[in-house]
Amino acid sequence: MADIAQDIPVATQAPPRHSSGALGWLRANLFSSVFNSILTLLAVALIAAVVPPVIRWALIDAIWSAPNGAACHGGGACWAFIGEKLRFILFGRYPIDQDWRPIGVVVIFLLMILAACDRRLWGRRLALLWFFGLSAVWILMAGGILGLSSVETALWSGLPLTLILAVVGMVFGFPLGILLALGRRSKLPAVRVICVGYIELVRGVPLITVLFMASLLLPLFLPAGVTIDKVLRAQIAFILFAAAYLAEVIRGGLQALPKGQVEAADALGLSYIQRTRLIVLPQALALVIPPLVNTFIGMFKDTSLVVIVSLFDLLGAAEFALTDANWQGFAVEAYVFVAVIYWCFCFFMSRYSQLLEREFNRGRRR
Amino acid sequence: MSETAAITASMPEKTPATVIELQAVHKWYGEFHVLRDINLQVAKGEKVVVCGPSGSGKSTMIRCINRLEEHQQGRIVVAGIELNADVKNIEAIRREVGMVFQQFNLFPHLTVLQNLTLAPIWVRKLPKKEAEETARYYLERVRIPDQADKYPGQLSGGQQQRVAIARSLCMKPEIMLFDEPTSALDPEMIKEVLDVMIGLAEEGMTMVCVTHEMGFARTVADMMVFMDRGEVIERAPPKDFFSNPQSDRTRSFLSQILAH
Repeated sequence: MADIAQDIPVATQAPPRHSSGALGWLRANLFSSVFNSILTLLAVALIAAVVPPVIRWALIDAIWSAPNGAACHGGGACWAFIGEKLRFILFGRYPIDQDWRPIGVVVIFLLMILAACDRRLWGRRLALLWFFGLSAVWILMAGGILGLSSVETALWSGLPLTLILAVVGMVFGFPLGILLALGRRSKLPAVRVICVGYIELVRGVPLITVLFMASLLLPLFLPAGVTIDKVLRAQIAFILFAAAYLAEVIRGGLQALPKGQVEAADALGLSYIQRTRLIVLPQALALVIPPLVNTFIGMFKDTSLVVIVSLFDLLGAAEFALTDANWQGFAVEAYVFVAVIYWCFCFFMSRYSQLLEREFNRGRRR
Repeated sequence: MSETAAITASMPEKTPATVIELQAVHKWYGEFHVLRDINLQVAKGEKVVVCGPSGSGKSTMIRCINRLEEHQQGRIVVAGIELNADVKNIEAIRREVGMVFQQFNLFPHLTVLQNLTLAPIWVRKLPKKEAEETARYYLERVRIPDQADKYPGQLSGGQQQRVAIARSLCMKPEIMLFDEPTSALDPEMIKEVLDVMIGLAEEGMTMVCVTHEMGFARTVADMMVFMDRGEVIERAPPKDFFSNPQSDRTRSFLSQILAH
């Protein structure tokens, strides 16, 4: 120490030129070796071949307004079709004079999702907010009270239907999944067998068959005159399906938790419920955020499968819009448009989960 | 509570009450007989140090006292409550018995303060403010008052173990169990943890420690217990235990552990 202190301190120097700055970055990251340089050049060539035509098609040559389909066939995309069909793709067969209601539903959903993203609100208040939000969604969509005209669920379609199926599926599937995951690790054999049986059964069949069974087979077993609404049936199928998948993801987190955590909680005299709520779940769930979000994203997109039981979600409504005889041949535009909407929601989930992971891990591990 | 313990300690002529009693306790892991006929009495305020080679069942024994492990035969009575399958009894005993683990087992998702107040708030139903006051008092006692808002992962091993001790003390336990509390620590941190434990012993806490720290044992133990292959081989006051061990197994163990 003494030697060093007596020495003249080494002045702070700028890093050598070739290792910093734009040129240094290029050399280090793109041309560090012959192989790397070849890859870089190939990648540049690929980008040059693909991007300009896409931009030309989507923007430069695109037709933004046209009176009908025939006038809209040029070299580029026909966004006039989307403009023409926007209302139908978003809200489908919902009564056209009631448009403000599905708009309201989408706004309520977005607000609820944003509120759920704020960790300070997590707890009883958020649960209450969601209870009222979902009630409002139901009232707006179905009507029949508060002077709103009644709209049967068969007409629910487009983005509101997609959001209802996905969000309600997650909100109810998630707690059910937690219970299943805990049940699967229960000391009671009966509970364990039921949970394992349920998870393996539901996970082992395709969602499409579950939807089919829920909408076609279930009514056969119900007594005459008793009907369960079609959307409700699909919704229940989604919840049950989501729960089984989420249960396995959550079980992964439960198993990754060191045994000492449970022992420490036990030694302090916490009950099973307290231990699970305060010690086990907060850590187990934080551990499995990436696969949880993976499952959520998958579920969000799986809602498009309800088309096969003649419900028109976002994708179904878009496909239906393609059948207009006046506007033929714009499938690509429709799919691109729908894909962008799906992508926005999924990308949001992905980004938010990364933020959450960072927040949960702050200061935890060295 | 600690007051009465201090009084009983200063009046050795009066036999203090037994707070831990193991009678003919047996335990098996499958076919393996880990605990064989263990008999042990710990009086209020007494400090018992348990030692023995690894795999001798000392950790298993101490973990039976608060039911982290279940014994299959025999009787265990702690703080006047008999341990049996009754969850109420188990939770009642755990409220009175603090435990410190080799791996600390702090809750990494909670701050130090939250680690300390969790059980008092949820188990003892203390108001948050009162629980925090108690927590700060014990953090002071283990000499890390300024780390309250950090997460366990930001502390050194020695600090973490001291937080773990404070966490147990916040429940105001009658008895403290230590399961190799210094075995996972870097050498330079062992002393800071032992110092806290010595302080606790001086205040009259009833303690059962599984440890290889023989210097600590000499300082605080009222009774040494040597275990090997699931049996209690020898039990004696430290003076006799170290200077005049009765069994060959004890002698060979001591020669190994004290050699370096």
